[in-house]
Amino acid sequence: MKNSFENWLPRLVVAPAFVLGFAFIYGLMVWNGVLSLSASRMLPNYEWVGLAQYEKLWEMDRWWVALKNLAIFGGGYVLGSLAIGVVLAVLLDQKIRAEGALRTIYLYPMALSFIVTGTAWKWLLNPDQGLEKLVQGWGFPNFQFDWLVNTDRAIYCVVIAGIWQSAGFAMALFLAGLRGVDDSIIKAAQVDGASLPRIYWRIVLPALRPVFFSTLMVLSHLAIKSFDLVMALTAGGPGYATDVPATFMYTMSFSRGQIGLGAASATMMLATVAALVVPYLYSELRSKPHER
Amino acid sequence: MSAKPSLTATRVLVYTVLAVAALFFLLPLYAMLVTSFKTAEEIRAGHLLSLPAGLNWDSWSTAWSSACTGVDCNGLRPFFWNSVSMAVPAVLISTLWGSLNGYVLSLWKFRGSDTLFGLLLFGVFMPFQVVLLPMSQVLGWLGISSSIGGLVLVHCLAGLAGTTLFFRNYYSAIPGELVNAARIDGAGFWQIFWRIVLPLSTPIVMVTLIWQFTNIWNDFLFGVIFSGTDSKPITVGLNNLANTSSSVKAYNVDMAAAVIAGLPTMAIYVLAGKFFVRGLTAGAVKG
Amino acid sequence: MASSLQIAGINKRYGKADKSVEVLKRIDIHVEPGEFLILVGPSGCGKSTLLNIIAGLDEPTEGEIRIGGRNVVGMPPRDRDIAMVFQSYALYPTLSVADNIGFALEMRKMPKAERQARIAEVAAMLQIEHLLDRRPSQLSGGQRQRVAMGRALARQPQLFLFDEPLSNLDAKLRVEMRAEIKRLHQSSGITSVYVTHDQVEAMTLGSRIAVMKGGVVQQLGSPDEIYNRPANTYVATFIGSPTMNLVRGRQTGQQFEMLGLSVPLAGPASPQDVLLGVRPEHLRFDDASPWRGEVSVVEPTGPDTYVVVDTPAGTLTLRTGAQTRVQPGDRVGITVDAVHAHWFDAASEARLS
Repeated sequence: MKNSFENWLPRLVVAPAFVLGFAFIYGLMVWNGVLSLSASRMLPNYEWVGLAQYEKLWEMDRWWVALKNLAIFGGGYVLGSLAIGVVLAVLLDQKIRAEGALRTIYLYPMALSFIVTGTAWKWLLNPDQGLEKLVQGWGFPNFQFDWLVNTDRAIYCVVIAGIWQSAGFAMALFLAGLRGVDDSIIKAAQVDGASLPRIYWRIVLPALRPVFFSTLMVLSHLAIKSFDLVMALTAGGPGYATDVPATFMYTMSFSRGQIGLGAASATMMLATVAALVVPYLYSELRSKPHER
Repeated sequence: MSAKPSLTATRVLVYTVLAVAALFFLLPLYAMLVTSFKTAEEIRAGHLLSLPAGLNWDSWSTAWSSACTGVDCNGLRPFFWNSVSMAVPAVLISTLWGSLNGYVLSLWKFRGSDTLFGLLLFGVFMPFQVVLLPMSQVLGWLGISSSIGGLVLVHCLAGLAGTTLFFRNYYSAIPGELVNAARIDGAGFWQIFWRIVLPLSTPIVMVTLIWQFTNIWNDFLFGVIFSGTDSKPITVGLNNLANTSSSVKAYNVDMAAAVIAGLPTMAIYVLAGKFFVRGLTAGAVKG
Repeated sequence: MASSLQIAGINKRYGKADKSVEVLKRIDIHVEPGEFLILVGPSGCGKSTLLNIIAGLDEPTEGEIRIGGRNVVGMPPRDRDIAMVFQSYALYPTLSVADNIGFALEMRKMPKAERQARIAEVAAMLQIEHLLDRRPSQLSGGQRQRVAMGRALARQPQLFLFDEPLSNLDAKLRVEMRAEIKRLHQSSGITSVYVTHDQVEAMTLGSRIAVMKGGVVQQLGSPDEIYNRPANTYVATFIGSPTMNLVRGRQTGQQFEMLGLSVPLAGPASPQDVLLGVRPEHLRFDDASPWRGEVSVVEPTGPDTYVVVDTPAGTLTLRTGAQTRVQPGDRVGITVDAVHAHWFDAASEARLS
């Protein structure tokens, strides 16, 4: 009924956001899909090849290594960050004196670029001069820590650096969640005779399930996207021992002149993220009551 | 948790664990700083945590102006300024854009606006790998590939969903009656934005500016793919510097460079940390 | 300055075809210039929707709203020359009190000097001159409400709209502000429409009341008409506290037959069941009456006492003087004068006489 200017102006104002945003998100996504079904190598070549690139992808040892690394890194990074984050949050919730300072210390790595983190840890885990030399100097002459250049162990270095970066983030989220738990529930439990650890385990932590899930979600999604950290720490090496899908995609698309293959790997990454995120988003948006 | 806790064995344990954790988080920074002030000799002779004899700033000046980053040996300085000319416009534009979108999507909803917003939300989570290839094509067509302008455009598009989300959630707390009162008083769409909504926005503007700056300054993916010789941001510069296989590795220079690269976001974190935290928690908890 | 308001055939439907919800059904109300119309009813009855339609914050599916004779449907709120006071006051948090009051004048590009004069005038009227430089967050609830009214008064509009403005105030403040609103209306004489769910506010403030339920105006009339000649049982029980007593039975014309007993009480004869309505203050104790029961609760309230009596025909509440001697457990007889008896059809709930 309303045809007034007032009715159209809001739509006009958000139009660029939706047009450009959807083009960027969905338009390019589809285009990438098209590329993945094409014969593109150095340059885009829109000759249809069906699922050939995907077949090639799944036949590559390097891709399987990347997936395996994603699982190891993802699992270690997410679980490690969550675990440390929860523990730190619970401890900080105990009316600690230097809470503010400690929080700042735990969280500052999040302010750094993954490149800075990677560069720093590359030095820290340097096979000759880093951790190994330090611990040897402390009186353990047989200590060896060459994981960074060890084909099988290198990925764990990425895990450690990743946890260092993100555990504070998990802690911040959990702490905020803990602070939101109703004090009276805890007091009631204390009156009922429960000890503090018990209270946390049986009552408080279960109440934090939503926080747990959203943190899990964000960390997983960060893990899947991990590119910067790997590039800085190991550049995917030694060889391609620490390759992850993100670095795989980059190398194939921009160094090896295999655009179609790269696009296919990108689509696989998208599928993984979507499988994780879409159900989560859908349930979040559904359950929220729409105001006004 | 009501009375002030006394010094028991548990408390000692708690503090110990917290202290050990603090060490874990601080030692890398310490090692970086300490290494950056050492000479090559001191590095060879000492270990990760040993203190340098004095504050040797040589590595720092090398890192800034003469370290080799591939073909050029001009240090991080050009990259630093590239990052600045990329980050400042990108942060300002994406924040402003986000506030306008958030304003409409919370206070001027129309049929389908919530659904459209939901679809836009996926942009917060999607892996950007999936737009890299097509985007390079698009930038090529627009004539801005390998340029700062191209990077700015990409960051604005990539940040669109996030900034809109921040503002929309924040503005949702503004009561509808306030907007109705203003409409009855005769204020229009823009007047309500300028006179009533924006003055209320300081906290969220701070959060968004800091969040965007941190993400954009720290970005590597877009930086390494969409930049050209003269437009590489500092993250790319740092990575090149630390990975050049020319001559002997100068770890002190690498560390100095890493600190330089991380300084702006660290400084903001230290000065305005609470906004940073709010951004983290706002973005992650609930859509 | 006062204008008339005509609400003509307003319908409001949400949804389409067979899944539609009708929130307002054929509302027709004419408000004379300077009148104070109350829209009262429970949540969901449509009163706020109707107010929003008058204001232009919502559009009707059908019908017209005529302010001062011209149809404003389709016009944005700012062109309708109305002012509104909201339940949550809706004061602009970042503006001072003075700027809040003058905001609409600023939007209409009134010159600064004139604006300031008007703000001062309104502030004096509402006794808030000392608050002009403060921010809304620094004010108490009552003060905020005054500022909200000041904002509306500054406009000198054709129509005042109130959306439950007193609901957020505590009881004592509410009584004070009610008197304030009435006083302001008398001095300004601006046509007003006031929405509330509180029947006391409705009775004390309105020159005419529209009792609404389910999107329909159940009755439109003066407070006296609404109270003494309710058009149906809904209006009868909505207005008046404690609520009117309703007893089901048969009326022959001379005799009223209830469950278990029969009393001589004149009324309109009807073949169907009827409902007898009697307000608590109209029931009297009468030892000679055949209508007997046992007192279950006695509630002294200061000036009155409410006595709850269980009778075979139903439980009744009486209102009587403070000096009553009745105790729980007493057996009493009750009666009512025919002139104070209201009769409703039991099925349709409509008034019979």
